[in-house]
Amino acid sequence: MNNNSHGFLYTIKKYKVAYAYIAPFYVLFAIFGLYPIVAGFYLGFFRWNGLTGRRFIGIANYISLFTDKLFLKALGNTFFIGIIAHIPILLGGLALAYILNSKLIKGKNIFKTIYFMPMVTSAVAITIIFQNFFGYNYGFLNYLLSFLGIEKINWLGGDGSRIKIAVIVMFAWKWIGWNMVIYLAGMQAISSDIYEAATIDGANNWRMFFSITIPMLKPIIIFTVIQSTIGMFNLFTEPFVLTNSSWTGGANNGGLTLMMYLLNKAPQGGTSYGYASACAYVITLMIILISFFVNTAAKEKD
Amino acid sequence: MKIFFFCLLLIAVIVLISRIPKRGTKIALYAVLIILAVIMIFPFYMMFAMSTHATSEIYSFPPDLLFGSRTLENFYKMTAAVNFPLSFLNSTIVSLSYTVLVLLFCSMGGYAFAVYDFPGRRQLFSLLLVTMMIPWTAGIIPWFMLMSKFGWVNSFKSLIIPGCANAFGIYWMRQYCSKNVSRSLMEAARIDGCSEWTIFFRIIAPVIQPAYASLGIMQFVNVWNDFMQPLLMLRDPDKMTLPLLLKTMVSDRGTDIGTLMFTSSCAVLPLLIVFLFASKYFLSGLTAGAVKE
Repeated sequence: MNNNSHGFLYTIKKYKVAYAYIAPFYVLFAIFGLYPIVAGFYLGFFRWNGLTGRRFIGIANYISLFTDKLFLKALGNTFFIGIIAHIPILLGGLALAYILNSKLIKGKNIFKTIYFMPMVTSAVAITIIFQNFFGYNYGFLNYLLSFLGIEKINWLGGDGSRIKIAVIVMFAWKWIGWNMVIYLAGMQAISSDIYEAATIDGANNWRMFFSITIPMLKPIIIFTVIQSTIGMFNLFTEPFVLTNSSWTGGANNGGLTLMMYLLNKAPQGGTSYGYASACAYVITLMIILISFFVNTAAKEKD
Repeated sequence: MKIFFFCLLLIAVIVLISRIPKRGTKIALYAVLIILAVIMIFPFYMMFAMSTHATSEIYSFPPDLLFGSRTLENFYKMTAAVNFPLSFLNSTIVSLSYTVLVLLFCSMGGYAFAVYDFPGRRQLFSLLLVTMMIPWTAGIIPWFMLMSKFGWVNSFKSLIIPGCANAFGIYWMRQYCSKNVSRSLMEAARIDGCSEWTIFFRIIAPVIQPAYASLGIMQFVNVWNDFMQPLLMLRDPDKMTLPLLLKTMVSDRGTDIGTLMFTSSCAVLPLLIVFLFASKYFLSGLTAGAVKE
């Protein structure tokens, strides 16, 4: 026993360099990751203005959260934007990757670079462009639509219902390239032998896409769906800047997202720190539930 | 409704083209790719074009899509309205120091997980993977309070230090190191009497330079473009990073569009140029992280 523990200490000492190399991550994670997450859960049961008089109120924060019309509006908006925007980024990303993977196409890298440009550009700058693009009087979109004989549409104002369309367009425009690049890498990893065998068996392109490519890509598709779901719940910059830094999401809260609602409770607009913590936990729980659901739904089909 | 029919018409035309024997499919595929490429580039083009116009020219119907001649005017208006160089410097300081620290800590961590078989390695690595799956949203409020307790509000430290040894970077570096670090090289160095520190910093670090390039570009871009953290942390106008500067210009409704477009072009262009030249590193790095083998 004594000998054994001596041996254990000896190995620890022998690898002290390795422990030193990995230590920064665990130290920083404990302070800036683990502590806030635990404290956030705890804070969610209190009423607190951030300074004095922290008062335990049980699950009252959670109850008022789900009875707040504004929160439900933010929840609805976020889901609406996220679900609709996932259609083009999933289907479009897959289709684009499949086209780029085809032997007929040359200059793959040029297209890849172009489609990826929005991902390396500041979301604020992009939003500024789109704010102009969707402008009422002089917006380019309304100009294009005038050729089709469509009257000017007040995209960002009016009753606020069309702000979401603008956000969806931006979300899709930004994420389609990211999805495409990752799907393409996944497709290139599929051995060409499988396709050759299928061709000999007489399968056409569509058949190969649905029976070989999609099933082989499944883990990667799940990965991208979870990533963009997280992106959807963190959606903040685009609607915020689009509505001229309005914390309430513009006309009729049409562009209010969950993240905006949360940050406006604390620390930006108000000082309801306990309430905001509860809100953060609800958002997190939804991310986890959706990731879990996507994972199991995909596995059940096997 | 009309838009919908227009799109259907476009798809029908492309499908028809693809039915043309011999070259048809190829032409149709290229058509799809090029139409999408135009959609991707067009907003950038619009931004650059507008930055050369005066506001009165932009606010006209039909819009002028070509480049104008008011670039210098917009430049002078920008220098009068905001301190662009200072924000540029702020963004550079934050992004560079963050990237340097990330490269140091993540390469150290990734290397240790890849080459040393220390006790607890598997458990610690699983823990690291788990932390990647926890959404950081959960702790956002206490995180903010921690920052103010440390006195890091209004300080670049709040943007640099918390994430500088991140799980993604370590995971990514481990993948690279386990494939590319040669054990025999390490053995040879050990026999020559090098300490473990020297082996990593003098011998291994130069070998994994491509990994530094990929991870470095990825992390730099993320911080450079980050908006939410600076918005929460930096209140002092002298500390503003570029995205914050742009946001301030949007919310001051007095700013004219030409100047705003010129400023955003200046903010976007440097990174875009770097990306266009280094896209190989960027895209290969990204997919190496996402597609596990």
